Formats: sequence, C-alpha cells, structure tokens
Amino acid sequence: MDELYREYILDHYKNPRNFGELEPHDVECFDRNPLCGDEMGVHIKLDGDRIADLRFHGQGCAISQAAASIISDELMGKTVSEVASLDRSFIAEELGLELSPTRLKCGLLGLKVVQGALLGTDEWPTGTPEDDPAAEDVAKLRNEI
Amino acid sequence: METVTATAGSLPRGLAEIRADFPVLARRINGKPLVYVDNAATSQKPASVIEAISSYYRESNANIHRSMHALAAEATELYEGARSRVAAFVGASPEEIVFVRNATEAINLVRFTWAREHVDAGDTVLVTRMEHHSNVVPWQLLCAEQGARLAYVELDAEGRLDLDGLDALLATGDVKLIALTQVSNVLGTINPVAEIAARAHAAGAKVLVDGAQAVPQLPVDLGQTGADFYAFTGHKMLGPTGIGVLWGRRELLEEMPPFLGGGSMIRMVADDHSTWAALPAKFEAGTPAIAEAAGLGAAVDYLSGLGMDSVRAHERDLTAYALERLGAIDRLTIYGPEDASERGSLVSFTVAGVHPHDIAEICNREAVAIRAGHHCAQPLMRQLGVPATARASFSVYNGRDDVDRLTAALEAAITIFGT
Repeated sequence: MDELYREYILDHYKNPRNFGELEPHDVECFDRNPLCGDEMGVHIKLDGDRIADLRFHGQGCAISQAAASIISDELMGKTVSEVASLDRSFIAEELGLELSPTRLKCGLLGLKVVQGALLGTDEWPTGTPEDDPAAEDVAKLRNEI
Repeated sequence: METVTATAGSLPRGLAEIRADFPVLARRINGKPLVYVDNAATSQKPASVIEAISSYYRESNANIHRSMHALAAEATELYEGARSRVAAFVGASPEEIVFVRNATEAINLVRFTWAREHVDAGDTVLVTRMEHHSNVVPWQLLCAEQGARLAYVELDAEGRLDLDGLDALLATGDVKLIALTQVSNVLGTINPVAEIAARAHAAGAKVLVDGAQAVPQLPVDLGQTGADFYAFTGHKMLGPTGIGVLWGRRELLEEMPPFLGGGSMIRMVADDHSTWAALPAKFEAGTPAIAEAAGLGAAVDYLSGLGMDSVRAHERDLTAYALERLGAIDRLTIYGPEDASERGSLVSFTVAGVHPHDIAEICNREAVAIRAGHHCAQPLMRQLGVPATARASFSVYNGRDDVDRLTAALEAAITIFGT
C-alpha cells in the first residue's frame, strides 16, 4: 500500500545494519543533508583497494538511514573504482523505487559519504550510469537533486 | 464537497467566507482539500492582494516620483499610499517606514549603516538563542568585521528568554545592540520586547526587533515595543514576496549614512559627492517594488478589515486547541511555552521514532502542508538537542477542522512507523 514506507525500508530504519563506529578504520567521511538535517558518517577499513568493512553512523529521516543500511552489505568487498561508478540508479535499485526529487538527497547521502571517504569528493552521486555524461546534464541533474 | 464545520469564533466573518477569499485554498492535493498550516514560512494571499498587483500592471504601471504623466502619478500614489497604510497599521509615521525586500534586508540595512558606525572593537552585540538565521548571521558578520563580540541570551526550560541572564550580559556595559525576535518562529514564544528594551536602554544599548512573525498575528504598535529598529516582511502577512519594511526611530534614521547608493536616494549629485534625499527615500535606492507595495497595502487593508485583536484571539484559541489535540498524542513532544496566551500561532513538535521529514511527507499525502527542518534556527536546534522539528503554523483562514486533519495525519504517520 505504501511504497515509500513499506516494511523493508522501515525495518532497515529501525534496525540498521552495519551501524556504529569502526575502530580502527582507514578512511572516514561525514556530511549533512541541509534540507532536513539528516546526518551521516562512515568509517571504512580497506584491504588493498577493496572495502574490507564499514560502519555508518548518523541520524535522520527513514529514507536516509534505511538507504545507508540497505547499501551497506552491498558495498562490502567493492573496489574504490567500483564505488566511484555507483550512482543514483544504484540507490533506486537497492531501495526498489525511484525517489521523488524532494527525497533524493535523503537516499543518496549514504553513498555520498562513502564516495567522499574513498575518493575525497564532495559531490552528490550522479544519475548517469557507465558512459560519460555531458557537463550540462550533470549540472541539470545536480540541480534536480 | 466537504462541509466546513469550523467556526471563526473571534473573527468578524465566518471562516468559510474568509477561506473563499484565498484562491489557493480551493486546491486539492492528492485528491484531498488542501490544509495549509505552513504560515510561519509564508502565508497565502487573498484575491484582493493578487488583484492589487495585477491591476497595477494592467492599469497604472509607471515609474514613481519622476515623470509628469497620469500613470506616474497613479503609481506614485499607489506606492506612497501603501506606505501610509502600512505605517498606520503598526502605529508609525510614513517617513519612518523604509521599504526593503524582506526582513533579512531590513536587518542587513541596519548592519551596514547604523551598526558599522556604532559597534566597535571590544563592543558586544546580543542576540537570543531563538533567533532566525536572518537575525544571527548579519551580526556574526558585523562582529567579525568590527572585532566585536557576539553573545547569546539563553532560554529557560519552556523556551522563554532568561532575563536575569540578559541583565548579567548588559551589566558588562559594552553592549551596543540587542537584536531579538518578538515571536519565535520555532517555539512560538512571545518575548516581552518592551521590558527588554527598557533594560537595554538603561544599559545604553539600542534594540532591533525582528517582527517577521509578530506583525502577521499580533496587534503591533511600534511606539509601545520600545524598539529602535523593527523589521518585518510582506509575504508572511498575506502580502507578496519581495517587499518588507524597516522601521527606525526618526532621529536614528536621520543620522545614519545611506545603505545603497543610486537613483531616488539623492538630493543633489555633484561630480565627486552627493547629498541625500529626505526620509525614507534616503534608504530606497533604485526603482522599488511598486507592484509589491500595492499588494502589501491590500494585505494590510485585509488584516485591518478583520481587526488584529480578532486575528490574535482567533489564532490564540486555535493554537490552544492544537496544543490540546497534539498534546494528547503519545510519543509527541511539543516545544515552547505550554500556555497559548504566551505564544504565537504555531506548534513545533517531534514524534519519537518518526523523523520530522517523514512526518511532513506523510502529512503531505493527507494534503496537510507543514514544515519540517531546522527552521533557519540551528543555534536553537542545538539547544533543544534535536536535528529538526515539525511545525504547524496558523493564519486567519485556519480552523479547528484543519487541526483535526493534522492530528489524523500524525496518527497515520505513527501507525505507518509502528512501535
């Protein structure tokens, strides 16, 4: 009945996987979604260029917290370059729904801090998979986000 | 068609009739009639305001204070007529009413003129823990620029200003300005601005009051507030965006340097210097927001037609009802004073286990428009220990039926999230 707040998402919100601190860790990142005050940090332990382990920590709306929990298992074992190629469609796939523009940043915050920790970026994940998007498409998409 | 069962109580006209004045309230969202309770962010506009703007462009559009033709005279009359009505509405004289873009610009005007000349290194500017960012950030910037100190008046457990703490801060003798809101946009607290102004003046400090939330809902007589400067904005008081007001005591406005330089604000321009126009033109460089002024004049007429005492009584009763209904919901925490007579027409709250953003999303499905977030009051959010709150804020067209719809939406949110 409720696509956004279905049991799968509420369960991850109430019982988030891979949440907490990870000590020691190799890289970390913390960020906020200024729109609603969602906060999300991540600690990552690396094995070579692969994610050996990670923990999210933060507080925020159901979508931001559940999305981080849902992607956390999926991220284990991924290489830095694999993480770099993840985008909006990855989140949509993992959540099983396309987020509306007002909730997109909530859903992307977890991926953003993981990319921030591994790549040193401060950009929101893009929505265009594989091929190189045109600069204006990226700008448009970021605006939309 | 839904039957309107709400009564306006204190208002001189029925609620159904008042609602019919606001075209947007006829909208349906997700198939349901809109309940708009986000008035602290911006209010809706009655048809008379929309018509004032539209008819200015259709019939009278011209630049003001310049050309000799009939349209220019009409436009000037509309603009200055609006100023006079706004002045009368808040008990001021028109020369002391400076039209600006919004309350933020009004506060920044004082920052760049009076404050730059009177706040020096080692001086203190006071703000309160409940200020909107618009009454914090300009003073942070000023203090950094001048080498002055910014200090906060803190709150008690119910969200009232700590007046003993204020006295202690004033006792240092180096406070030049206190900048405070009359009504908190998060807690709803109505501050005793006249009392605070008396204490500030006794300590040699000037007082700037942010009236953005107060003017739409309280009878405001600027002479009684004790303020030296008072800022408010059109769009929260049934008027258009793009126009706000800075009021200042005449002697202060007279001695202040101009803010922006350009057309309209000069008396004479020599090659290397200029002299300034009389008040209030000295602070209104460039072609102003003429249509918006006409709209603001119509908004003031609308509120005056209801009577601000009636507006306040209506909204106080509605807030008391909201405090009662929302207060009865398990897991819901309300912020701010418990007594509706001490607060403006809004209720901020959190629900344990449901983030405010999710509350707002679920309310929207029920066509109930509320705000969720930090409400541009991050220093206060830190004090409350919450990242965000949800907030319902009322205006003249809201009734108990709206509070009932809100309550039902909140109960739906709690059901969705379970225990």
